[in-house]
Amino acid sequence: MSDPMAEIKASFFIECEELLEALQDGLQSMYDGEGDAETVNVVFRAVHSIKGGAGAFGLDGLVGFAHRFETALDDLRSGKLDTDPHLLKLFFTCNDVLGDLVRECRDEVPHDSAKLDPVLAELDTLIGGVQSEDQTAETVDFEVTPLSLDLSLDGQDDETVSDPIWKIRFQPGPMLYANGNEPLFLFRALRDIGDLSVTCDHNDLPPLAELDCEHAHIGWTLTLETTEGRAAIAEAFDFVEGLCTLDIKQKETGSSNLEALVPLPPLGGDAEWPADNGAPDLPRNDQVNSAPTIEQGNFPEVAETPAARLEAAPPAERKTGAGAAAPRATVRVDLDRIDRLVNLVGEIVLNQAMLSQSVQAAGIPPNSPVSTGLEEFQQLTRDIQESVMMIRAQPVKSLFQRMSRIVREASAAIGKDVRLRTDGENTEVDKTVIERLADPLTHMIRNAVDHGLEANDVRERMGKAREGSVFLTAVHRSGRVVIEVADDGAGIDRDKVFRKAVEKDLIPADSQLSDGEIDNLLFLPGFSTADEVSNLSGRGVGMDVVRSAIQSLGGRISIQSEPGHGTTFSISLPLTLAVLDGMVVNVAGETLVVPLNSIFETLAVTQEDLRAFGPSTHVVNIRDSFVPLIDLGAELGYRAPLDDYTGGVVLLIGQEDGLAAAVVVDAIEDQRQVVIKGLQESYGRVPGIAAATILGDGQIALILDPIDLITQASGRTRPKAPRHQISNHENLNSSGAEE
Amino acid sequence: MTDSEAIKDYSGDGSVREYLSFLVGGQDYCVDIMQVREIRGGAKATTLPHSPSFMRGVINLRGTVLPIMDLACRLDMHTETDTQRNVIIVVATGERVVGLMVDAVSDILAISHEDLQPPPDLPADQQRSFVSALTIMENRMIRVLDLTAVVPSSDEEAA
Amino acid sequence: MTMQVLAVDDSRTMRDMVRLALTAEGIEAHVAEDGIHGLEVLEEIAPPDAIITDINMPRMDGFGFIDAVRAKEEFRSVPILVLTTESAADMKDRAREAGATGWIVKPFDPAKLVKALRMVAG
Repeated sequence: MSDPMAEIKASFFIECEELLEALQDGLQSMYDGEGDAETVNVVFRAVHSIKGGAGAFGLDGLVGFAHRFETALDDLRSGKLDTDPHLLKLFFTCNDVLGDLVRECRDEVPHDSAKLDPVLAELDTLIGGVQSEDQTAETVDFEVTPLSLDLSLDGQDDETVSDPIWKIRFQPGPMLYANGNEPLFLFRALRDIGDLSVTCDHNDLPPLAELDCEHAHIGWTLTLETTEGRAAIAEAFDFVEGLCTLDIKQKETGSSNLEALVPLPPLGGDAEWPADNGAPDLPRNDQVNSAPTIEQGNFPEVAETPAARLEAAPPAERKTGAGAAAPRATVRVDLDRIDRLVNLVGEIVLNQAMLSQSVQAAGIPPNSPVSTGLEEFQQLTRDIQESVMMIRAQPVKSLFQRMSRIVREASAAIGKDVRLRTDGENTEVDKTVIERLADPLTHMIRNAVDHGLEANDVRERMGKAREGSVFLTAVHRSGRVVIEVADDGAGIDRDKVFRKAVEKDLIPADSQLSDGEIDNLLFLPGFSTADEVSNLSGRGVGMDVVRSAIQSLGGRISIQSEPGHGTTFSISLPLTLAVLDGMVVNVAGETLVVPLNSIFETLAVTQEDLRAFGPSTHVVNIRDSFVPLIDLGAELGYRAPLDDYTGGVVLLIGQEDGLAAAVVVDAIEDQRQVVIKGLQESYGRVPGIAAATILGDGQIALILDPIDLITQASGRTRPKAPRHQISNHENLNSSGAEE
Repeated sequence: MTDSEAIKDYSGDGSVREYLSFLVGGQDYCVDIMQVREIRGGAKATTLPHSPSFMRGVINLRGTVLPIMDLACRLDMHTETDTQRNVIIVVATGERVVGLMVDAVSDILAISHEDLQPPPDLPADQQRSFVSALTIMENRMIRVLDLTAVVPSSDEEAA
Repeated sequence: MTMQVLAVDDSRTMRDMVRLALTAEGIEAHVAEDGIHGLEVLEEIAPPDAIITDINMPRMDGFGFIDAVRAKEEFRSVPILVLTTESAADMKDRAREAGATGWIVKPFDPAKLVKALRMVAG
């Protein structure tokens, strides 16, 4: 972007997002009854700043709406309006609409008037339609209103008069200087529009002894020959209007009858013109505000101007005590640059690991300087890696604020009073994780409002608060971030879920399932059904899609529910997508990495655990349930299936709703964090493989996508029909194929 | 931009381009030097499951994952190649960077457009579609490899 | 000598725009995010030839800022332009009462901003 205005515009939209965030925060604390006078100010300023910037870029629609919103907020600030819940709800809606308008402006798409108009109408009613209409028009036009002196008389302001001569009598009052005005600059401005000569009137100048330095004693008479009209002359005196005695009079003109017809009224009650005495001798007292005679083209430096005094002033004492709330300095950086840094740091980590291996291989003793130096290097590398990852991290706040809107809209749509309570908004997570969490969270929040919470009346009858609560929290826990979506609703109706699952053929009717297992049926593809689809969450998206989205981020999702008290979904996510905790395994001479979050446990298979299921398929008995056995070497085509898996190392791969498979490998080598290298970009998608990484020896190891692997499994070691598992995966399979 | 476009332009403006020539299964091939990123020794590649036979796997090229293609196999030559002793020419075509495993790198040739001729029309020969032009140098026939045809797009592979 | 101007505005967009308008004219611009920050910046830089300030700002608004600037002997007569969207009739009076030299209404025309600056600061 080379156009500086385009850059500022882009940055304006970023700033808008920040302002919208502050706006929502403010509204929320007002809604929670925590707001004070400053909260209203913050909210007002946010809207005000958006309006200001929008005006600068000519975004009229945005300005118009922001102006009305601002007016309403101003009424609130001045006490004309009361903070009742209804008003705040309207303000929340305004906040949403404002956000939409900002984004529409940013994306250069037309405004959605269907959404906008009703809110505008409501705002107009609130602030008194007609009057606001006028105000809006005035402000939307945003003429840079030269606050004119209004000295011109009707008909007098003839700009086409040829070379008329103006006589201007200018007597500053004391406040003129106190406000930082400097006559010299006014004269220069006049000089710019014509031929100017200036005479100083110092008749009022008292003897030096009586000189009151706070008083302006000197006035000027200016003669200006200009083609410009009165308005242009008056404009130069814009800022000093009221601070001086000013009289602007046309001396001669090509059509001199004008003056005769409309004589100028004297200003400041002084109609007498002082004599034109030419340049007077000015007292060289630097407390006297003075200017020498100024002739066109010859402006001597005025030593005694306030500005000059200012420059001579000693530098002020330095004050370093920065206020606690001082704005934090930030730098905006292109994401590509950060990603490059992330990649390079990944390289350093790898390089360091390779170096360590070589040092070890060279037989250098652990206590040697080389080894200790290397250890320090290792520590530094880790610190650098963490710091770099933090650059990409962002607070989840923006995400939570979006959810707040979802709650408002969802609850309004079905007529439930719902309040979103958030905690841990400043918890930081990788930017990409945040972006990709929006959809699954939206769905979960909608679900909570729609299905989780009872209707208000029902709640009241049950002795609960009429207003339902949805809780959205984020917290860092042992190197991961845990996000919870909870409601204080009725909890999962397990009988209903079970019946539905049986109806849908997801489980056999005689299944014996624990409460937890029943709850987890919600994650099965095809569980979400049309008859429970309301106008809210019914978008053909089920919790299975939510779960896959979370898993694709390296996360896990689990569910807890207590009848009568509510349901909690917990999402546990890695802090960054750039590294992954993996188990390094060996199979058929190849090294692979299995994401730790997919492994339930590892064990060695004994003879008793193994059951042949078909001619070439096996199942493993894990605590009385049979789990299909998958030979990783065979699945990936590294080798033919083995005859006997006894003694083999098995990784139990599963999801929260149960085990999906037992994956056989030859050996487990290590458990470590690996830097993820995309395979998709350089090669393309490989079934069963999520990505690649580079190990300490410089070799590339593939990172397994266990769920994909199980889904794609050829079945050579897998039984064909392990009941509900099968339907589960077949569905996964077909949905996967669509993508 | 199509990489082979310039090569296919037989109008003969006399401009001379440089080509890197190499041996695959005893035959001479070359690619536009502008498409060559680097030449490096063979390394043990990590096998990619479910990949076409000509894909040797991936290697670590200074931290990036570089797919390695066995060119002889791609050209349907069925010659035994010794992974460790081969040479890998890293080429870029469009957005993709691929390592081509060849027997040996021969020379850098300056070939003028006028000396390039379209390949003979031999529909039965698989190689034909991979060769965009031919030239004769010191009694040897050198084939200009059409990289866009040789390197499948990632979409194709994903399918 | 290059003219030095301090611009105080809580909106980054406005700061950027003022800076752009000024630097295009060869005027050196310093920026601050609110009144308190403005006072801090004033302590750190050479006394500016003029100050441009927004009115509605957090922590210390424009009126408070002008008051504080005028209270310091060395800044008593530095020209201060108020830059605000507030087109209310009493804005001008309030700004002047606080000690402002002139005013510009947002959104501003860069040429007019510079012209106003020249009018108060040469």
